[in-house]
Amino acid sequence: MEERTLSLPASLDALRSLRAGDVVRLSGVLYTARDAAHARFSRLLAAGEPLPVPKGGCIYYVGPCPAAPGEIIGPCGPTTSMRMDVFTPALVDYGVTLFVGKGERSKAVCDALRGRAVYLAATGGAGMLLASRVTKCELVAFADLGSEAVYRLTVSGFPAIVAFDLAGTDLYARTDRTDA
Amino acid sequence: MRILTVSAVEESVRRLCLAACCELPADVLAALEAAKKAEVPGSAAASVLDQLIENQRLARERRRPVCQDTGLVLVFLDVGRELFLQGDVEAAVNAGVRRAYTEGYLRKSILSPLSRVNTGDNTPAVLHVRYVPGDRLHVSVLPKGFGSENQSRLFMLTPAEGEEGVIRSIVSAAVEAGASACPPFVVGAGIGGTADSAMLLAKRQLLRPVGAPAEDETLAAVERAALTRINASGIGPMGLGGRTTALAVHAGAEPTHIAGLPVAVSLQCHACRRAGEVL
Repeated sequence: MEERTLSLPASLDALRSLRAGDVVRLSGVLYTARDAAHARFSRLLAAGEPLPVPKGGCIYYVGPCPAAPGEIIGPCGPTTSMRMDVFTPALVDYGVTLFVGKGERSKAVCDALRGRAVYLAATGGAGMLLASRVTKCELVAFADLGSEAVYRLTVSGFPAIVAFDLAGTDLYARTDRTDA
Repeated sequence: MRILTVSAVEESVRRLCLAACCELPADVLAALEAAKKAEVPGSAAASVLDQLIENQRLARERRRPVCQDTGLVLVFLDVGRELFLQGDVEAAVNAGVRRAYTEGYLRKSILSPLSRVNTGDNTPAVLHVRYVPGDRLHVSVLPKGFGSENQSRLFMLTPAEGEEGVIRSIVSAAVEAGASACPPFVVGAGIGGTADSAMLLAKRQLLRPVGAPAEDETLAAVERAALTRINASGIGPMGLGGRTTALAVHAGAEPTHIAGLPVAVSLQCHACRRAGEVL
């Protein structure tokens, strides 16, 4: 298991060196978005309007707890990626190059990602640990959505594992399953 | 007849919600530590379990939630028949939830299902009441995250499918849930009753200490067989491969109809949060 660091946003060349199964430490900028924000992205794209996430940017599927006094952000582990599957190919077309979440993706998402974007898995349920790797949290859009709003997170040493690489290798497909 | 005012219920629910969200029960932590020992050192599975153990330590120290999904709160009240609860119990339960989630900076995840408008205070809770001997009140809370809840399954088997069908159903629910429901799971199975009561029975199994076998030997055998097969799937912690896909299978049974064999499966993620007390 190789461990490496990755600065975000990352160039396609930097992403090309990642292999499914690599453990990475992310440093840089992630934009948060989960169910409600994705529904709004979809409407913005349909209307030809800009998204609050820049092209070449990275999306983290998360809805944090509110920050308690003295905290930068509340616990903020990944939410289930598959609920965002229906929105993801359009976001790859738009130019998002890296997604962070947890769990398997649909075939349509894998097809959309191949050669264009990578998918990383963070540890679900490790909300406090992951919050400790966030150094800055700024509201970017959809304030009315609260926890589901889009925040710009600056992270340092944020742990994740490459689940789908640019070459199209799917870590979840490689796990040794003998479905009973 | 003992009298208890509902303000005591409100305070209990408030306290238990905070305790459940911020402190992983000792038996769950012990199960995660045992799972860590069973995985190959240096593997992705071992790394995930290390992160979870470190995460719960941070949460406990800082009195903050283990997971950002602080759930939809299930509240189970076992009311002694010789106890009179004075006041509006349901309102008191929701007041306790409201206070815990607002005062405790927990995530408010509850909304209207179609408009998707958030209630803003994580209410209402789902309340289950039953009557038991004595004059005490048993309060249990189970903040249920939806990564795992979304993978709940109900199987209406035919009687001919029998015990093997029951085991197969429990295993398939856990295996198909995969990584997104945050394994290693605690798997609750409710066998018998009706569609609705089987699911409630499955939920109640999640309140049991992790790995304590069912008292009934037939059920305990179902639990063992299902657990072995779920862990043979190799899905592992967070679906990254490994020996521990479930920490335990807990099965409960209740009488059903001659024509049926319902099996409900409720999965709890590795953040198996619960808290209870007797008033």
